[in-house]
Amino acid sequence: MSSVELKKVEKHFSGGVVAVDAIDLDVPDGAFVTLLGPSGCGKTTTLRMVAGLETPTGGEIRIKGQRVNETPIHQRNLGMVFQNYALFPHKSIFDNVAFGLKYRKVSKSDIAARVKQALDIVRLPGVEERFPTQLSGGQQQRIALARALVIEPDVLLLDEPLSALDANLREEMRGEIKAIQQRIGVTAIFVTHDQGEALAMSDLVVVMNKGRIEQRGAPAEVYEHPRSEFVANFLGNANFVSGTVAAVNGKRVSVVLADGARIDVADSARAVEMGEAVNVIVRAEKIELGGGGLAGTIAAVDYLGSTARYDVTLAGGQKVTALATIRDGARRVGEAVSLAIAAEHCRIL
Amino acid sequence: MSMAAARQPGEGRIGWALLRLWSIAVYLFMFAPIVVVILLAFNSSRSGAFPMEGFSLQWFGKLFANQSIVDAFKTSLILAGTSGALATVIGIMAALALVRYSFKGKEGIQTFLSLPLLMPEVVMGVALLMFLKFISMPRSFAVLLLGHTILSLPYVVLVVQARLVGLRASYEEAAWTLGANRLQTFFEVTLPLISPAIVGGFLFAATLSFDNITATLFWKKPGIETVPTKIFAMLRTSISPEINALGAVMIVITILLPLIGGYMVRRFAKTK
Repeated sequence: MSSVELKKVEKHFSGGVVAVDAIDLDVPDGAFVTLLGPSGCGKTTTLRMVAGLETPTGGEIRIKGQRVNETPIHQRNLGMVFQNYALFPHKSIFDNVAFGLKYRKVSKSDIAARVKQALDIVRLPGVEERFPTQLSGGQQQRIALARALVIEPDVLLLDEPLSALDANLREEMRGEIKAIQQRIGVTAIFVTHDQGEALAMSDLVVVMNKGRIEQRGAPAEVYEHPRSEFVANFLGNANFVSGTVAAVNGKRVSVVLADGARIDVADSARAVEMGEAVNVIVRAEKIELGGGGLAGTIAAVDYLGSTARYDVTLAGGQKVTALATIRDGARRVGEAVSLAIAAEHCRIL
Repeated sequence: MSMAAARQPGEGRIGWALLRLWSIAVYLFMFAPIVVVILLAFNSSRSGAFPMEGFSLQWFGKLFANQSIVDAFKTSLILAGTSGALATVIGIMAALALVRYSFKGKEGIQTFLSLPLLMPEVVMGVALLMFLKFISMPRSFAVLLLGHTILSLPYVVLVVQARLVGLRASYEEAAWTLGANRLQTFFEVTLPLISPAIVGGFLFAATLSFDNITATLFWKKPGIETVPTKIFAMLRTSISPEINALGAVMIVITILLPLIGGYMVRRFAKTK
C-alpha cells in the first residue's frame, strides 16, 4: 500500500518559474525514499508540498489514501526534521519534544512517558531539563528527530537533516536515522543533494533534475544503470569518452577513439549503428591504472589518503578521471600510464 | 595602530592627540548642558543659574507640590504608556505581515509606514490638525494618543521587522507541522522569540512620546499639558529653578527607561 502518492503534482511560482513539473511518485508504506538532486531541482519544494508548507498549483497529493491538498499543515500529522534543527530555543528539551503532543489530547502522564520513550529511541535519555543551545549539533538533530517521531506521524519528512553536521557526525547520524526508521517502521521521505547519503540510506532513490524525475530505483540499480547522462554524472564521477561505433554484436559494441584505441561496451542501453558518434560512460573508480589498452599521461593528482583521483590525458587528447586505491605510493604528474576498462562497466546511453 | 606606525612617528602622535582633543570637545558640547541642568537642580539659589550657593532638594519638593506639574507628569506617563502599547501591538502585526507574507502593494505599505519618520513633525502636526477640522472632530486626549501612536509606529515596525527577518521561518513551520495552528504558533513560538524586539520597540515608542513637543503643541487640547509642553509654558514666564529640577527628572526617566529595558532584554536572553 502506498503511504504517499503524488499524481501530476506541479508547482509554478509567479514569474513563470516551474519548480516542480508534473511529478508522479508512489512512496510505499514503511519505505525510506530519497529525493536526490542538485539545488533548484525541485526536491525541497516537493517535500514542502507534502508537508503543506507549499501549495501545489496542480495535481493531487494523497497521504494514506486521503487527498490532502486542502488539509492545513497542522492537521496532516507529519513529522518534519529541518536542516537547521529548528528546535524552539526558548523551550526546554522536554517542552520541545512534548510540543506536538500538546495539540493531540494526550494526558499529562502519557506526555511524560512518551517524551521519555522518544528520548530513549534517539539515545539521549535524561536531557529533559536542558535547553537546545546546551546541546551539540548532533544532539540537537536527535532531539529534532525525537520531536518529529513522538507524535507517531504518518510520514517522516527529512529536509537535508545532515548537511549542518560535520563529516564524521554526518556518517554516524545517517546510520542512526536509518536504523531508527527501520525499527519504528515509519515511512520516510528524505531530501538530499549528497549521493552518498542517498545510496547508503534509501530503499528507493528518486533522482530529480529541473523539476522532473530523471530516474527512480534501488540505490544499486540507479548507480549501476543510469538511464541518462545527468544521472550518471550526478551519482558520482562519471567519465564521458567520445568515439565512433566500430563493431556491433547484439548489445555488445566496440567504440574506437580518435587515437585509434578501442573501448568495448558489454551492454549498450540502446541500439547503435556502425559509424555513429557516441559517448561511452564509465565511472572513475572502474578505470584501472596499468595493464590496459588505453595509453595516457597523468595530468593531475588529487591525493585523498587511501585513494587518489587522477586526471589522465589520453593519447588522442581526451581527458578522463580515474579513482584508484593507492598501494605503493601515488603516481606522479607526467607519468605515462595505460588504462584498463572492463567492458561490463561501460555504458552507452 | 598599524596605520600610525606606518607614518612618521611624530606626525602620528600629533594626529592622535588632535583626534582625542576633538572627541573630548564633541562630548563636552553634547553632555555639558545636561550636566549643568542636573547640577543646578540641586542649587539652593533662587536664580536658577550659576554660581552654586549650596546643596538643596527644595526644588524637587516644590515640583511635586505643584499640582499642574504633577498633572502634566500623569498625562505624559499615561500618554507614553498607552501610545507605546498601541504602536507596539499595531507594529507587531504590520511587521509580521511585511516579513512573513507576500501580497500586492507590500512595497507601498512599507514606504507608507516609514513616512512619519521622514516627514517634518511640524507638517505632521498641521496635517492631522487640518484633517481633524475637516471631519469636525475637536482636539482631545484621544487625538493626542492617535498622533503619538502614528509618530512612534515606524520605530516599532522597524525594530520588530529586523528581529523577524533574522528569525528563521523554520521555527514557525516546525510548530505548524507538529499540530499548532497559526494563532497557537504565534503565541507559543513567534511572540516569545521576538520579545526582546517588542520590549525594545515599546520603550522606544514610549520614550519618543514622552519626549515629544512639536507635534504635541498642535494636537493638545488647551488645558492639557504634557511635561515638555509644561516646561515650555513655564519658560515663557521665567527661568525658575523648578525647571532645572523638572529637567533633571526628565533626563533620569528618558535615560533610565531604555537602560532598564536593555537590562531586562539581556536577562531574558540569558535565561533561555
